Amino acid sequence: MYSNIVVPVDLAHPDPLDKALATATDLARHYGATLTYVSVTAETPTAVAHNPREFGEKLAAFARKRSEADGVAIDTKAYTATDPTIDVDRYLLRAAEDTNADLVVVASHKPGLADYFWGSHGGKLAGHAPMSVFVVR
Amino acid sequence: MSDDSSGEPLPPPEGASDVIDTDYEVGQNNITPQLGPFGLDIHNPVFAISGAVIVAFVILTLVFQTQVEPIFTAMRGFVTSSFDWFFLIAGNIFVLVCLGILISPLGRVRIGGADATPDFSYLGWFAMLFAAGMGIGLMFFGVLEPVYYFATPWGDQPLSRELGLVDGALVDPVAVDAARRTAMAATIYHWGLHPWAMYAIVALSLALFAYNKGLPLTVRSIFYPIFGERVWGWTGHVIDILAVFATLFGLATSLGFGASQAAAGIGFVLGIEGLGENVTTAVLLILGITVLALISVLRGLEGGVKRLSEFNMILAGILMAFVILVGPTLVLVQQFFSNLGAYASDFFALSNPIGRDDDGFRQGWTAFYWAWWISWSPFVGMFIARVSRGRTVREFITCVLLIPTLVSAIWMTTFGGTAIDQMIARATESAVYGYVIDTYVPELSLFGMLSELPLAAITSTIAIILVIVFFVTSSDSGSLVIDTITAGGKIDAPVVQRIFWVTFEGLVAAVLLIGGGLVALQAMAVSTGLPFAMVLLLGCVALIKGLMAEPR
Repeated sequence: MYSNIVVPVDLAHPDPLDKALATATDLARHYGATLTYVSVTAETPTAVAHNPREFGEKLAAFARKRSEADGVAIDTKAYTATDPTIDVDRYLLRAAEDTNADLVVVASHKPGLADYFWGSHGGKLAGHAPMSVFVVR
Repeated sequence: MSDDSSGEPLPPPEGASDVIDTDYEVGQNNITPQLGPFGLDIHNPVFAISGAVIVAFVILTLVFQTQVEPIFTAMRGFVTSSFDWFFLIAGNIFVLVCLGILISPLGRVRIGGADATPDFSYLGWFAMLFAAGMGIGLMFFGVLEPVYYFATPWGDQPLSRELGLVDGALVDPVAVDAARRTAMAATIYHWGLHPWAMYAIVALSLALFAYNKGLPLTVRSIFYPIFGERVWGWTGHVIDILAVFATLFGLATSLGFGASQAAAGIGFVLGIEGLGENVTTAVLLILGITVLALISVLRGLEGGVKRLSEFNMILAGILMAFVILVGPTLVLVQQFFSNLGAYASDFFALSNPIGRDDDGFRQGWTAFYWAWWISWSPFVGMFIARVSRGRTVREFITCVLLIPTLVSAIWMTTFGGTAIDQMIARATESAVYGYVIDTYVPELSLFGMLSELPLAAITSTIAIILVIVFFVTSSDSGSLVIDTITAGGKIDAPVVQRIFWVTFEGLVAAVLLIGGGLVALQAMAVSTGLPFAMVLLLGCVALIKGLMAEPR
């Protein structure tokens, strides 16, 4: 059913991702799909990494750890943005296209009042992506 | 080299760079309070103190307006007249440091690590340099300043030289030409190497310490080589708060004055008398500019600021090309080279800090400009830093120092040269004479010059649009900078914070415009130029130290 599954990952806040990551792993195992973690970082130093290269390494390490625990191979792909706050949705969409994903599994918070002003990344993705999107709440 | 390079998957190693080893983590002092449905991510205590100090200052200025205005104005006078030598020396040092780095092997260092690639095309990069730091000034002073120096009856002409127009009558042609050359040289001096060197030093330092050394993108990081781990404590808090303060007041007062200028321009085009003094119109303009800035920050750096900057650069290019074509075309082309020659030959006389007798010019204009550029340098520098990753230091200084100087010279030649030409042709009959010398209405000087060229209604409208859009780009790039500083160097803080700063800045401008106090706070903002100049000299040391440690 699915052959390329993509999961957007926020290394600064990894805890709320657990459910989405587990879901993606299960789906990848079930369909024998490849699994890719994608992430967007700022070019400036962030709490996670001093520079984009270090960020890429940390994302790979994060995937390796998950992969060892779950026994499913995971690829990674990191993107840098000049203005990540605004551009993150655009890059996630491009990441999904670059990896030929046919399913995106994305973690999202419960919609609240603030979502009337600007929506969640998961909601934006589901609204614009040509492939299937699984929003995990 | 495309704008999309930032979207490519990360290239393998970015190449060697000298990451500073500190235990400080970006955002470690940040707090994340919940404000209604919105989550925040702000630096503690920089955000709170900056906000509180700004509110307190606005209230105090409004309540004690009559008392504080003379104090702040006197303070500005004291700073520029007593420390003019210091500003001039500091300015010269900044130029020397930049040129020194340009020709030394340090120029080979690449911002962002040896293998980093640029995020923006030359066009987008340039457009943003001008839009953030100078566009608005070029609109305001392009006609005003050369005309003023050519015929000032107030005794503050550059180098105390002969004027071209005395008591409403032109002097002999040879002296007229000499006066024109001096006026243009002095103007280009104020908009050339010196201001761009100040911006370049701050921008280069910020970019180096963030992109190469891995420190947070905030002003305090520059001082790591000097203060060490103390920059993460109160030493750094004070530096950052000062930077926020100078940026917000610099922007808000400019926004206030700018709205009055735009209102005056609209009144001029529509033939409505006194629109420039009409507070309601100005407040409506501030509201409009703030809304546009809000839309722009919500569209992000690439979708907002960059697009608007490019739009403005094209529009400014069209206006300039039009003035060159319908104005004295050949004269302007020939004058461009003669003006550059005048700038070169008067360069040392103009930048000499001691033993001069042109106090009115040196203190009232040069020192004031230098203080003003320096007080804007944290904001413009930080914005330039943010968009300059992937350039080598040599490329950076060429594009932030040398080429902008040339562009300023072309702009000043076009607008100032045409205006002086009009004065030479019609003396007291010319519109610019009326607005600059006869009755001093500086905000109408540009429109006066355009009114004597064909299609004045169209060109004046373009000029008004340019003024407004330059304010939008200054306002949104400034808000991005303040947001980053008050979020401890995070450029990915929640959107609601930028909305807060854009709105806050518009509010401060509107309140000051209605309640009075713009003059006082502008004087205050300019006065921060003095401590910043000292801080920047320290910054030069840190910059050179930092560059020497980089692999070349």
